[in-house]
Amino acid sequence: MNLLLLLVSAILINNFVLHYFLGICPFLGVSKKINASFSMGIAVTFVLTLTAVVSWAINHWLLIPFHLEYLQIVSFILVIASLVQLVEMFVRKTSPPLYQALGIYLPLITVNCSIMGLALLASLKEYGFLETVVFGIGAGSGFTLAIVLLAAVREQLELADIPKPFRGAPIALIVAGIIALAFLGFSGMIKP
Amino acid sequence: MPDKSLAGEFIKGLWDENPIFRQLLGMCPTLAVTNALLNGLAMGLAVTFVLISSAVLVSLVRKLIPNQVRIASFILIIATFVTISDRFMAAFFPALSKSLGPYVPLIVVNCIILGRAEAFGSKNPIGRSLVDAMGMSLGFLFSLLLLSGVRELLGSGSLFGHRVLGAWFEPWVVMLLPPGAFLSLGILIAAALFVEAKLKKRRVL
Repeated sequence: MNLLLLLVSAILINNFVLHYFLGICPFLGVSKKINASFSMGIAVTFVLTLTAVVSWAINHWLLIPFHLEYLQIVSFILVIASLVQLVEMFVRKTSPPLYQALGIYLPLITVNCSIMGLALLASLKEYGFLETVVFGIGAGSGFTLAIVLLAAVREQLELADIPKPFRGAPIALIVAGIIALAFLGFSGMIKP
Repeated sequence: MPDKSLAGEFIKGLWDENPIFRQLLGMCPTLAVTNALLNGLAMGLAVTFVLISSAVLVSLVRKLIPNQVRIASFILIIATFVTISDRFMAAFFPALSKSLGPYVPLIVVNCIILGRAEAFGSKNPIGRSLVDAMGMSLGFLFSLLLLSGVRELLGSGSLFGHRVLGAWFEPWVVMLLPPGAFLSLGILIAAALFVEAKLKKRRVL
């Protein structure tokens, strides 16, 4: 039950994009078309879940036993960079169609703050192993949901007559703000 | 841009290539920590420290690092400086470090820093990189202060925790919540573009 609660709250209430502001760059950059943004969301979810597992293992089996917590930042970023590289190579070898679909989005994920943020948040909140995995899946699904929603609105905006200074990033930010406002409504769902 | 003057390298970070309003880089910390002026200032200073020191170090070692592993080495350099500033903040300003939460360590994935290291520090001598980093970080700091000032003023009617607006002012709590960050940044960027368009028109005339 607790895990289910964690999953729902990671998707809707503490949404990674709309609440923690993690992964804003791809959120604004790759949200012009629904298809592309969906692929990006899937790629991010995939890497997020993997990172959650690996960073948990490193944190609990290496850093904490040897009292090396201050090396967290350096080791997490190295893990993420090599993990993304590895995933890219693995997907290219084993599943060319998937590689075609994810394509350019995979390398972009290294600099996606949501991955690093997930590793840091999970260690900050002292989640156990299962909780970390669920948190990773929830965070990824939340990211996918948010980016697809934004892309759906932006596709419609293509045809709208927007005042000139607002075209591009500003209107995307304002739309994101309105979506975030709507998501605030979910916060009443779980709190006692 | 080898013919650009040093002053030009400095000024461009403030407006023409302002990291937030123009290049839309480093948005995560920008949106997340700007609910109070003090947080914005602290984040801006931390980024300034990391940006300047990593730019200097990257440009110092730029001839020693093989091209293939340069990104990984840059990330290591940046991560080191981020760790320093994170530990420093936790030791001397524990309350501040707590309110910034994971966003100080997250400076490591801030695209401004890697972007400057890759696009500028790795190709230019130290003096020039230093000036470029100073301009960029000042531009970043300025934008953070502007955004967090607007949000704190409207969201709690105060600046740096001191109440400026009288009792008649009903705080707009939404400005402190995530939607306020998106909305105010969107409007500020639109305002910056509007001013720029006006300036350009004047230059043409």
